[in-house]
Amino acid sequence: MNNQLILTLVSSIFISGSAAYLGTLMLSRKMTIVADPLSHLTLPGAALSILYGFELFTGVFPFVIGGAILIWFLGRKTKLPMENLTAIIFAAGVGTALLILPIDKAEEALVGNITNISFAETLIAVLISITVIVFVAFMYNKIMLMNINEDIAKIRGINTNSLDFLYLISIALVVGLGVYLVGSIITAALVAIPAGTSKNISKSVSSYWRVAIFTGVASSIGGVLIAPLFSAPIGPVIIVINVIFFTMSVIVSEIIRTPRKG
Amino acid sequence: MAAIFLQRINWFGDFKMNIPLLKVRNLSVRLDNELIIDNLSFDSGEGDVLTILGPNGAGKTVLLKTLLGLFQYEGEIVWQKKFRMGYLPQGLNQLSVKELPLTIRDFFNLSDKNLSKADIADYLNMVGLPEEILHKKASNLSGGQFKRMLLSWVLIGKPQILFLDEPTTGLDIGGGETIYSLLKRIHDKEKLTIFLVTHDLNIVYGYSTNVLCLSKLGYSCFGKPNEILTSKTLEDMFGDHIKIFEHNHQIK
Repeated sequence: MNNQLILTLVSSIFISGSAAYLGTLMLSRKMTIVADPLSHLTLPGAALSILYGFELFTGVFPFVIGGAILIWFLGRKTKLPMENLTAIIFAAGVGTALLILPIDKAEEALVGNITNISFAETLIAVLISITVIVFVAFMYNKIMLMNINEDIAKIRGINTNSLDFLYLISIALVVGLGVYLVGSIITAALVAIPAGTSKNISKSVSSYWRVAIFTGVASSIGGVLIAPLFSAPIGPVIIVINVIFFTMSVIVSEIIRTPRKG
Repeated sequence: MAAIFLQRINWFGDFKMNIPLLKVRNLSVRLDNELIIDNLSFDSGEGDVLTILGPNGAGKTVLLKTLLGLFQYEGEIVWQKKFRMGYLPQGLNQLSVKELPLTIRDFFNLSDKNLSKADIADYLNMVGLPEEILHKKASNLSGGQFKRMLLSWVLIGKPQILFLDEPTTGLDIGGGETIYSLLKRIHDKEKLTIFLVTHDLNIVYGYSTNVLCLSKLGYSCFGKPNEILTSKTLEDMFGDHIKIFEHNHQIK
């Protein structure tokens, strides 16, 4: 196995694993939709880094983390619903990108290009993924409790504001990483699909996140290995495999739910 | 608007100073600039069941949440010391967890991941639920089972004060009575102090030490149920279409 393939596989496994793990929390909070606008906010950053020849992450992360902080801040100050705020941020991201992005060079930003990932970028992707996994593990039960009832969470000493902030930062980090793997357009799929697949067939919390991580990571390994066989870009193949897992989970859940006759 | 202030009966006799568990003085709460609670004063003692009674929109839930520290207020709320508090909010039912893949065991471990299976089973038994439901999905419980499970979920935190906001909403008469007889048993055994929001006058007469009544018009009253819950006070609270039949028997 050549070194580039190892770097691609390692970074794919960490990015898709952390995205799927966070995705289970986002789905239970009905927040997977937030990932989409945030991922589009990576476009202006990616455009700048392509224009001026920086590493992709130096352009992407400041924009997406800045966007997350802005959503959190505006959410507190304006009391506007998160969906509305992210839609505004989304429009700002795409609008700005279309003004400055050289369209002929946009492919890398739009659909990702993990086959060219460098050693330094792989290292950064692994470190950021581990940070997200630690954040999510710390937040998991607390956010689940907030999902059930925010007042009970507050009474039990959970600082819901700080947790919302940490949560949005985690989403921003995963979205930034997702740009490498699948590009700006379909990053949300990395968080939404494995969680949806798992929710269809899980009845406990532990199986929920385990199945999500398994299908997320399996899809990305599959994508990295299968895409070159068809000279296809890796990102879209990963998403297609994820969708196949999701379809299978729908069928399995229907079989489980259908009462046996006789 | 007249502020109410009625000193709690001193159960230990006049010779001993009894510091109330909770002292509320001139409490006012505004939400989005609307005055919800205006100049309210009352006391509550340890082991009391204080029922908060009143029509929809009178501020019962707001009062409960203010006492729990969830809303800002003007006036004074003084607790005798720091207590462990348990809270069952209004409207928390099996539909609240419909979208979550949570077993009953998961549900308990959300608040304390160190709780063992045996600990949880003990508390489930206390409310008459079998250990086998531990692995059942929380959203698959019936309404009555879910309420009983919630009660054991709150009790496992060993609260000294329980805040219950209409704990039987959505249950039929039988289900509601089961919850209240469970509560009475637990109250007697654990010597809990309970703050209870309910519309059910039978419960008010049967279980309350004191009643605090609130109305949208700013009317409020405080005292022992059979002393203050007259046709007149109920009319002032709910409007003149309310008719009551007084009864003297106790719910066992």
